[in-house]
Amino acid sequence: MIGRRLRAAIALLLMAVSWGGLRPAAADEVSDAVEVLLAVGPEGKGHREAQTAWKTAAAAPTARLVELLTTLDKAGPLAANWLRSAVETVADRVPEAEQKPMAAELEKFVLDVKHVPIARRLAFDIAARWDTSLTDRLMPGFLNDPSTELRRESIQRLIDKAAKADEAEAKTLYQEAFGAARDLDQIKDLAEKLEKLGAKPDLPSHFGFVMKWKLIGPFDNIGEKGFDVAYPPEQQVDTAAKYRGKEGKEIAWIDHETKDAHGVVDLNEALGKAKGAAAYAYVEVTCLRPGKVDVRVGSANAIKLWVNGKLCDSRKVYHSGFEIDQYISQAELAEGVNRVLVKICENEQTESWAQDWKFQLRICDAVGTPVLAKN
Amino acid sequence: MKIYGLIPLVVALAAQAAAVGQAADWLQFRGTDNTGSTGAAKVPATEFVVKTEGAEPKNVQWSVELPFAGVSSPIIVGDRLYVTGVTGARQERLHVACYAKSDGKQLWQRQFWATGRTLCHPTSSVAANTPASDGSRVYAFFSSNDLVCLDLDGNLEWFRGLTFEHPAAANDVGMAASPLVVSGAVVVQVENKGDSFAAGIDAVTGETLWQHPRKADMNWTSPTLFHPPGGKPLVLLQSTHQITAHDPRSGEEVWSYDGKLAEISSPVSRGDLVILPADGLTAIRAGAGSANWEKLWQESGLSTGSPSAVLHGDRVYVLNRAGVLTAGDIATGKVLWKARVKGPYWATPVAVGEYLYLVNQDGAAHVIKTSVEKGEIVSETEFGEQMLASPAYSDGALYFRGAKHLWKIGSP
Repeated sequence: MIGRRLRAAIALLLMAVSWGGLRPAAADEVSDAVEVLLAVGPEGKGHREAQTAWKTAAAAPTARLVELLTTLDKAGPLAANWLRSAVETVADRVPEAEQKPMAAELEKFVLDVKHVPIARRLAFDIAARWDTSLTDRLMPGFLNDPSTELRRESIQRLIDKAAKADEAEAKTLYQEAFGAARDLDQIKDLAEKLEKLGAKPDLPSHFGFVMKWKLIGPFDNIGEKGFDVAYPPEQQVDTAAKYRGKEGKEIAWIDHETKDAHGVVDLNEALGKAKGAAAYAYVEVTCLRPGKVDVRVGSANAIKLWVNGKLCDSRKVYHSGFEIDQYISQAELAEGVNRVLVKICENEQTESWAQDWKFQLRICDAVGTPVLAKN
Repeated sequence: MKIYGLIPLVVALAAQAAAVGQAADWLQFRGTDNTGSTGAAKVPATEFVVKTEGAEPKNVQWSVELPFAGVSSPIIVGDRLYVTGVTGARQERLHVACYAKSDGKQLWQRQFWATGRTLCHPTSSVAANTPASDGSRVYAFFSSNDLVCLDLDGNLEWFRGLTFEHPAAANDVGMAASPLVVSGAVVVQVENKGDSFAAGIDAVTGETLWQHPRKADMNWTSPTLFHPPGGKPLVLLQSTHQITAHDPRSGEEVWSYDGKLAEISSPVSRGDLVILPADGLTAIRAGAGSANWEKLWQESGLSTGSPSAVLHGDRVYVLNRAGVLTAGDIATGKVLWKARVKGPYWATPVAVGEYLYLVNQDGAAHVIKTSVEKGEIVSETEFGEQMLASPAYSDGALYFRGAKHLWKIGSP
């Protein structure tokens, strides 16, 4: 049995030898080429076949533009980039007379949220070149769109409208925009605007930051060795237990609630200033919508993350930046209580900019909408 | 089968041999020979006015607004410029654009989605790494460690996501090492506190030729060309504790030098001479095919800031953190003169004829005449926006990239 991908590769190789792979591609050839592109993998896997396949896909009849866009729905991040550039190349060849009807086809694609956000956004960009009314017609409807890019521009339009409105209307518009905003810069901007108008936007709830934790530490991390040591909380979380921590000192779990608007837990403050130290933060959360979620951590320190006992992330990186959503991992949350454990390790760097021992964590969907019951 | 496996190498070397070295080209960070210098005789205008208040523009042949952000330098192949940039709330859209040298018209633009992390310091950008070319293709590398290969007309040759392959390979201040294309290999340096490595990628197929772990530390230096007379070209990889010389296709380490080296400014080399940003500057000589090197001199008075040293004629020029430009003798390391210029600087200067062209972070450009006993500031002008990219030289003109614009400064 010859596999479909192998047959496609052979067909493409023969085409390349016969015609240089540059002539307009026939229907089956394009489908075969897409299969080859979808199979591109890490470390250059499948590149040689994909190079020929890309030429075939890029030479697809322009009438197949939407069909090509649809293939992005099943593409991984690498294949998506190969396909994207083929789509752009085909779009560049669409004759002027076909552009308007093609824009109408693309509009249907954009409005169909079953397609992946990146493909819809690409379709929107191409269609907007050919239909100058598209942006004004569609953009207001993207305020709560699964595509963060389309949503962002829709929110910006609302912000611009609010800037020209009277105070009462502006406040309403800013509140509507704030509720929809998922990008950090827009959230910050809108929160400031609302505060100036007397409103009190709830940033922790909006982001979905965990504010209340149980903390324990310091354990030893001299020489950064503690990162790989499984201290007792990694075996089993027993918040009533006491342990011998760093330098043999007895340590116990403490309750801690951060007041930071971005959910930052300052461990130097909560547990006492320490270098060469490791701490654990534990929380039990209830999910509003069980299923696959993003667990997004920011930390200036090395971290490990477990959800329901499963290791979801491990970053042995110290003082290389601290950002909201710095590390994003996916986890499966069940109905009822879910257990989240974070290990935060501080090293012994002496520079003034390398003294932070802190983290933040939020749980949300892929767009950035919180999915937890209030913590 | 083995012969077929060699086809990409033969194609790459033939293309490189045919294309590299055209006088009009500026193929990578610090130019085709990687020194920040050109041997071309045609000097761009030494006095030009871009946006200086109260003055009319002078010797600006064209300027265009860029549709994206970025701090990478433009490169030049034939009659075209290639520029990288980013857009999006998280700088997640990666752009490669081509412009005509003659009038600045955009000829094409391609976009890609970042597959790696796009966090970086606000001063920098995900489009920090200067692209490179072998004369037939353009290799665009980004802080997300996405590596794109396009032909000169914007057709995709291949795409690699190096952080997608190595999820811990990232630096949240931003990566910035520019790739180097030599002997049919694209050499990338991905040094960071997570998964730190360097790799040689086949220029034609995008397949990995070799990959070596590197010290897990922050480092922004770029792979540098070392081509001793009578020998094969090697690639220098500088970390903060060591510099190693490698065969670009096999990755084999040929020699190494241990010392405390800079983490931003890169080494510079011509012939068998290598000048390292170590203890000020340190010069060594390494012969073709030899595993040994000989120390020539070390001069602490020639310390570099963020820009790399420029090797031009019989002199080396460095810009330090205090905004002092210093000229040194490459034979002895002796400091020849110092001139104070207004910093801070990120962009490595470019040397043409007897002039050095400098531009600081705030967009103030200085032209320095170097043939006199002391460096003489010939002119000063303002670009009016942030400038972190080194200019590119071609056919008597310099191409400057700012935060928002691209300019061509021509001959008087």
